[in-house]
Amino acid sequence: MSTSTVARARAIRWWDHVTPAPKDPINSVTEAFLADPCPYKINLGVGAYRDDEGKPIVLQCVREAQAKIESSNFLESNSTAVSSKLVEESAKLVYGEDSDVIKEGRFAGVPALSGTGACHLFAELQRRLYPNSRIYLPDPTWSNHHNIWRDAHVAKKTFRYYHPDSKGLDFMALMDDVKNAPDGSFFLLHPCAHNPTGVDPSYEQWKEISSLFKVKNHFPFFDMAYQGFASGDLERDARAIRIFLEDGHLIGCAQSFAKNMGLYGHRVGCLSVLCDDKTQAVAIKSQLQQIARTMYGSPPIHGILLVSKILSDPDIKATWLKEVKVMATRVQRMRAALRDSLEKLGSSLDWQHITNQVGMFCFSGLTPDEVDRLAKEFHIYMTYDGRISMAGVTTKNVDYLANAIHEVTASDQDAKVLCNLRA
Amino acid sequence: MEHLKPDEATRTEADGESMFFNVPLAPDIPIYATTAAYKKDPNPNKLHLGVGVYRTEEGNSHMPNVVRQVEKTLANDPYADKEYLPITGIPEFNRLSAEIIFGSDSPAIKESRVTTVQCVAGSGALSLGAKFLAKYNHQHVVYLPEPTYGNHFNLLSGSGLALKTYRYYDPKTRGLDFQGLLEDLDSASVGSVVVFHACGHNPTGVDPTCQQWEQIRQLVRLRRLFPFFDCAYQGLVSGSLDADGQSIRMFVRDGGECIVAQSYSKIMGLYGERVGSLSIVCKTADTARRVESQLKLIIRPLYSNPPIHGAAIVTGILKDRNLYKEWTAELKAMSDRLVKVRHQLYNALCERGTPGDWNHIIRQVGMYSFTGLNEEQVGFLTKEYHIYMSSDGRINLGGLSSNAVPYLADAIHAAVTRIN
Repeated sequence: MSTSTVARARAIRWWDHVTPAPKDPINSVTEAFLADPCPYKINLGVGAYRDDEGKPIVLQCVREAQAKIESSNFLESNSTAVSSKLVEESAKLVYGEDSDVIKEGRFAGVPALSGTGACHLFAELQRRLYPNSRIYLPDPTWSNHHNIWRDAHVAKKTFRYYHPDSKGLDFMALMDDVKNAPDGSFFLLHPCAHNPTGVDPSYEQWKEISSLFKVKNHFPFFDMAYQGFASGDLERDARAIRIFLEDGHLIGCAQSFAKNMGLYGHRVGCLSVLCDDKTQAVAIKSQLQQIARTMYGSPPIHGILLVSKILSDPDIKATWLKEVKVMATRVQRMRAALRDSLEKLGSSLDWQHITNQVGMFCFSGLTPDEVDRLAKEFHIYMTYDGRISMAGVTTKNVDYLANAIHEVTASDQDAKVLCNLRA
Repeated sequence: MEHLKPDEATRTEADGESMFFNVPLAPDIPIYATTAAYKKDPNPNKLHLGVGVYRTEEGNSHMPNVVRQVEKTLANDPYADKEYLPITGIPEFNRLSAEIIFGSDSPAIKESRVTTVQCVAGSGALSLGAKFLAKYNHQHVVYLPEPTYGNHFNLLSGSGLALKTYRYYDPKTRGLDFQGLLEDLDSASVGSVVVFHACGHNPTGVDPTCQQWEQIRQLVRLRRLFPFFDCAYQGLVSGSLDADGQSIRMFVRDGGECIVAQSYSKIMGLYGERVGSLSIVCKTADTARRVESQLKLIIRPLYSNPPIHGAAIVTGILKDRNLYKEWTAELKAMSDRLVKVRHQLYNALCERGTPGDWNHIIRQVGMYSFTGLNEEQVGFLTKEYHIYMSSDGRINLGGLSSNAVPYLADAIHAAVTRIN
């Protein structure tokens, strides 16, 4: 036997016990879509904005920012000034342009690897400071929230959120679960354009939730990944957070610029934690930076430069606000068009949730079998929970989509008719 | 970091009081504190020999020409989008990075036994590797050379791995404590992970010779230890990517397994863009596939998918024959400058008759030199000469220009003669 064969024979078998990992539900939709050769296939899986041609876009404000930073020479990972600028400007979006919080430096803010990274940093902080605490996640929520807190070794619980019958908010159950949680629990809230359901509490409902949180002394952690996509107006979409701030809550907030600036691949986001005073904010920030340093040091400078430029240059920011409105409006139009199309086809099912729900996603109510049929027979791809990324719908494909949904829900419609006949 | 006990960490009834009211301020990170102090210093002769960033002769941060070119191309490309990358990053980036490390003719690559994933710089690769090992390695002990890169402890211990050290640097010779190294590895338990710096050891600049690497390899395989390479200076040490990759390639040629964390921060001047990779060389292609699927599961809750910009630049350079050639030429020039400045410093100290043997400055390789100066002498250098460096006596030769050599030599001479 050669030396290397001997070596191989004797060498320890390190990874034999490693089993293939289950596929991520959202990514596997994209994989299946990419593998499909059908020319009129539709990807309604991942929450990435597409224009009416079904193409990803680079926003004009991003191109303008890019041109302005081209001559910059930020090479070293220690670009504290730029990071601080990003954090300050991002905080304005959360807390308000003229907020005291920012003026007084009463928040700990760090750039993060997009929304995922921001959530992960917070989960790590939560575990280190409150090792016996749990995170309450809405049912349902973005699937990766479960992974994030599990990976940070923080126990999880869910609170009721979505009402499958009404396809809206199960407000009574939500309040019940908030009330029954032990005092001082950590809750994750989607401030706008809930993912995956598109179901947001109303203004009055948010006020009630905030009051109850005060009574229970709960910690509200907001994951804001779609600011601007719910109403088209960034300030309006931050309303829920502002309600909590007015009520005196000390919140945490993860922000992502992936969707509303089209910077998906650049991984730019921000984590902020509101504190009692500046001293505390400095302490928390130092802890967060330490956590980041045990993982990757600092996020990539390019994305930070882009976002910081977009937010701090008044002209570029104005362009951005317009573009956000355009994106949100297109998605709203597609919602209306899809519902319209289904109703025109004579579907006997109730499709008003398509236009009631907000943001990028529609929780269609389609069953896993129906989702499967859509993929196999119609080459339309979405996640098994029936979540449709409305950004993937265009004026060209909306009728085809409506037809397909109408077909696969034929038996539901029959069942409904039968039900009505019996009633 | 100080840990709050659960019963201490309860919220009070007080209206609006923070959950985090008794969180202590984390300590400053020494190397960054040095940079901050340097920036504040108004003295015109100040020298920044602290953090490991390569600078030009003029003392400016260095952006390789090829990087500038590719960035421009990317910016002007109407078809370039900013969509999410796959969880494991740009596939071409991964393939080309593996070729840089292992050689394009590597049997491990040809047999699809290597999985390479894009990471958030070398730090991200190290921490991802640690997380994977914590999950799948039976043994949870990691051996680090004494001394090692300051952040290794943080990056590797975060995942619950127990850290130990093995003897490496001999302060008497200012070279390798080879006997000590062999003894310590010999007594490590089966399955222990051993971190090696592939080339250009940080902070000492002391690398094993080829023959010593071969002995280390034999011992590692005999004792069934698991090699984890930190490869942050490939090409910068000897000027040749292939030569600097030999240590790793030895461990692949013998058919065994290993992990490699790679960084493009220094070798492509991409520091802030956070570009790196993690490669795991496995026994079989099937194992590599399964390992990759598990890496994805670890990555997703950390940051979902890696950042596009830096990796796109690297890919643009590596896949274009001319740009690649230009880059390797720039690497050689950078490496040559480091060697030149080492000789200049050594000569300057000899000329001054500075007490002591300064031979180690030219024996040590890569970006750093462990001068042998003690903490008090370092403090003297900072206070009297406004020279900023690590308190362990490490200087970053990448931050030293030829013009500044006489000044540095004067300073070292003064420190050594006035303080013992």
